[in-house]
Amino acid sequence: MPQKRTFNIVGISVPKVDGVSLATGSAQFTDDFELRSMLHARMLRSPHAHARIRKIDTSEAARLPGVHGILTYKNVPRVAHTTAGQGHPEPSPYDTFLFDRKVRYVGDAVAAVAADTLQIANQALQLIQVDYEILDPVFDPHQALQKDAPIIHDEPDAYAPLPVIYEPQRNLAAHVDMEIGDVEAGFHQADVLLDNQYSTHYGAHAALETHIVITYLDEQNRLVIRTSTQVPFHVRRIVARVLQQPVSRIRVVKPRIGGAFGGKQEIILEAISGALTLLTRRPVKLQLTREEEFMCTRTRHPQHIRLKSGVKKDGSLTALDLSILMNAGAYGPHALTVVCNSGSKTLPLYRCPNVRFEGNTAYTNLPIGGAYRGYGATQAFFAMGVQMDEMAHAIGMDPPTFHKRNHIRAGEGSPVFQALGEGKKGVEMKLNTCGLDACIDQGARAISWHTKRRRRDKGVRRRGVGMVCLMQGSAIPEIDMAAATITMNDDGSFILLAGATDLGTGSDTVLAQIAAEILSVTTDQIVVHSSDTDFTPFDVGAYASSTTYLSGNAVKHAAEQVRQQILRVASEMLNTEPSMLMLRKGTVMHQKTTTRRVSLADVAHYSLYQKNQFHISATASQHTHISPPPFAAHFAEVEVDTETGEIRVLEYVAAVDCGTAINPALAEGQTEGAIVNGISFALIEEFHFDARGRMLNPNFNYYSIFSARDVPPIKAILVPTHEPTGPFGAKSIAEISINGPLPAISNAVYHAVGIRLRHAPFTPQHVLDALRNQGRQKKL
Amino acid sequence: MPDQVTIECIVNGKQVRTSIPSGMLLTELLRDVLGLTGTKVACGKGECGACTVLLDDEPVNACLMLAAQVNGHSIVTIEGLASDNEATALQQAFVEEGAIQCGYCTPGMILAAEALLRRKPEPSEEEIREGISGNLCRCTGYTKIIQAVQKAGVLRMRQKA
Repeated sequence: MPQKRTFNIVGISVPKVDGVSLATGSAQFTDDFELRSMLHARMLRSPHAHARIRKIDTSEAARLPGVHGILTYKNVPRVAHTTAGQGHPEPSPYDTFLFDRKVRYVGDAVAAVAADTLQIANQALQLIQVDYEILDPVFDPHQALQKDAPIIHDEPDAYAPLPVIYEPQRNLAAHVDMEIGDVEAGFHQADVLLDNQYSTHYGAHAALETHIVITYLDEQNRLVIRTSTQVPFHVRRIVARVLQQPVSRIRVVKPRIGGAFGGKQEIILEAISGALTLLTRRPVKLQLTREEEFMCTRTRHPQHIRLKSGVKKDGSLTALDLSILMNAGAYGPHALTVVCNSGSKTLPLYRCPNVRFEGNTAYTNLPIGGAYRGYGATQAFFAMGVQMDEMAHAIGMDPPTFHKRNHIRAGEGSPVFQALGEGKKGVEMKLNTCGLDACIDQGARAISWHTKRRRRDKGVRRRGVGMVCLMQGSAIPEIDMAAATITMNDDGSFILLAGATDLGTGSDTVLAQIAAEILSVTTDQIVVHSSDTDFTPFDVGAYASSTTYLSGNAVKHAAEQVRQQILRVASEMLNTEPSMLMLRKGTVMHQKTTTRRVSLADVAHYSLYQKNQFHISATASQHTHISPPPFAAHFAEVEVDTETGEIRVLEYVAAVDCGTAINPALAEGQTEGAIVNGISFALIEEFHFDARGRMLNPNFNYYSIFSARDVPPIKAILVPTHEPTGPFGAKSIAEISINGPLPAISNAVYHAVGIRLRHAPFTPQHVLDALRNQGRQKKL
Repeated sequence: MPDQVTIECIVNGKQVRTSIPSGMLLTELLRDVLGLTGTKVACGKGECGACTVLLDDEPVNACLMLAAQVNGHSIVTIEGLASDNEATALQQAFVEEGAIQCGYCTPGMILAAEALLRRKPEPSEEEIREGISGNLCRCTGYTKIIQAVQKAGVLRMRQKA
């Protein structure tokens, strides 16, 4: 057991540093900011799933009074790029142009108009004449890879900037494969072989704030981009390239963000708005409607999954063979890395000598997949979680026992870590911590697993419990980097400038707590500014569950340097050695004679105004060689109505090992939010398309997400471990818990009524069909 | 030119008299004319509750109302809930319970909860779920929001006693 560590602020649920401003309405989101003579922009979007623009005429629209600028493929630079906000060079294909002669899905960008008002901009869109040559579309990823399929990216200038497999001439947006051991030999050793197909569906992030950007020129005519983004520094780099401007001429500011979940790890609007500002020399606001948000931003990639597995009667796994066909939609942001993560974030969880993985991503003429909390693990854990349950069942072992027998442990590595990276090889890693056994035990106890598991209902409504084990990562090793600066004010308070991006996750608060712990002050003594590319140091952004682990370490190191400087100044003031001093609650005191003390305000004043002056301040950077996984065991109790097919989740328990929870309430909040998003996705969320590829339900009425009425009681249990490489022992927590509901619910349904749900979402119709099938098979 | 209308109403306790285009939405009046940007717009169709304000103490979706419709009525927005910039017990409970993540749904959520607590000072958990069911949140999973409303209800009863 790790020894109990005591902290002052770390481990305490201090209120969010931005909490009161958000509760009272004073917090400033992108749209809560007004500029003189600001123009309003709207986009013209393709009504066709696949077409070439023969002719586009904007002259009439341009003559409309109040219209100030129109963009089409004719007047913007043609720069192949990816909208994926990733490290550079990106592992995603460069298959996107600001505007193109071709449209590849219903909703694709055709033109943008900036006008005095939104009404005028909308009117102008109606006046743009487009003559389309309609091309055959392809909507199914299997068909897209067939020989005679329409080629979606037939432009000659699309390419992959990294040496990865990219074959747009056959609609292949990405490919990855690996084999460890000998999978066929493994299957021969097995007592039980299972071979099943699974599928997952499109999902919307549904952040309450839609994508929005405001662009303007500052007094030096530099382009300022105020945007709702997860990746401010990637925005700056990509916009600079696309608009052919030097990075030094662009500043990206991140205000408060109204939710993101991966959807804003994507540079969708910034370059368009920026181009309109450069064209009109005026401020421009471009915000998507909810309909556009559903149709034209990013989604969770649908996957077709085949999982073949072998297990011996004693419960040991002999082979795992996971192959995935992923639907990229019309463009390929994250097309490689999401499918890579489907393997790299699931396969290492289990000790298995023979493992094979293949992932292929196909372009189709449907909405675009992208980063979405869970990032491929959500899809693959559905298959892995259900099949583990089935294997346990096949050999007559209780699932908790089966998971405990097979999961990876502290001190162990997995060859999968090394084999699968992000557009390159992965890294070797041995786990320092794994609290999964405790997660399984505590979760099982909380849901009364052993009692409920014995229950067998016979009536119309039947209850069952199911479980699943999960892992994720903490940042992308050898790729991600974060930095932070801390400076001291006259009164002994501090400014923390973090490149990290708080999306509403609470990272500003977590980072303030880390700094406050080292500097022995309260969080109200730390003023946090996050993500302004002119004023905060670099950070890759908020993705891959990286902020607490990576940015947290950057903040910790900066705070430690500031602490050393404070001790040095205080030692001068108190005429003693720095090693004899300690920081306690806003003062520096002598370790032996605590009456010899100076306040932080005195130290600040001395260093700024009195003697040997300098500004107490430090910047620290952090990168990482490893990505310590958080672990979780999820348990669901469901009730299945065998007449209506409705599944109700009665209770959900998630026991999560995130190392040290810097702020337990925020860690629970991440867990609860991810679970509800996951349950909602598993049960009710679904994109419906017509025969021509248009989404039929781009609104909250017909794409429902869970409301307060729908949520079951949720219990989030934080199981502490101490990750030695994380700040104060912390690992990540943001993504992992969204991966649980699909498999946990499916397994609970199996326990309740004996059907295996392998295709999501679990709609009543789908459940009824499965029950009918089961009845038929029983008769046979 | 759109027809202008003159309206008089009370917004956050203050008398407002202004001439506006007849087609202006209440959200536009609040955000763009009066600068009360705490009211958020997330769907523009009355499907998510982010724009909830109190109209004569009743929660309404401001994105579905014309500004002209509030002529002669009283509006409370999130900025008007607290007096002297002191967060109310309900707002404080949201902060302390961890009921806020991104905060974009928070103003509407708090006003929906405020209307509930005015109507029903000691709501059951079911009544809270029902009372805020028109307000979508994608971050929190609602658990801590429900706890915050419960806590605020108890605190308000205690303050009254």
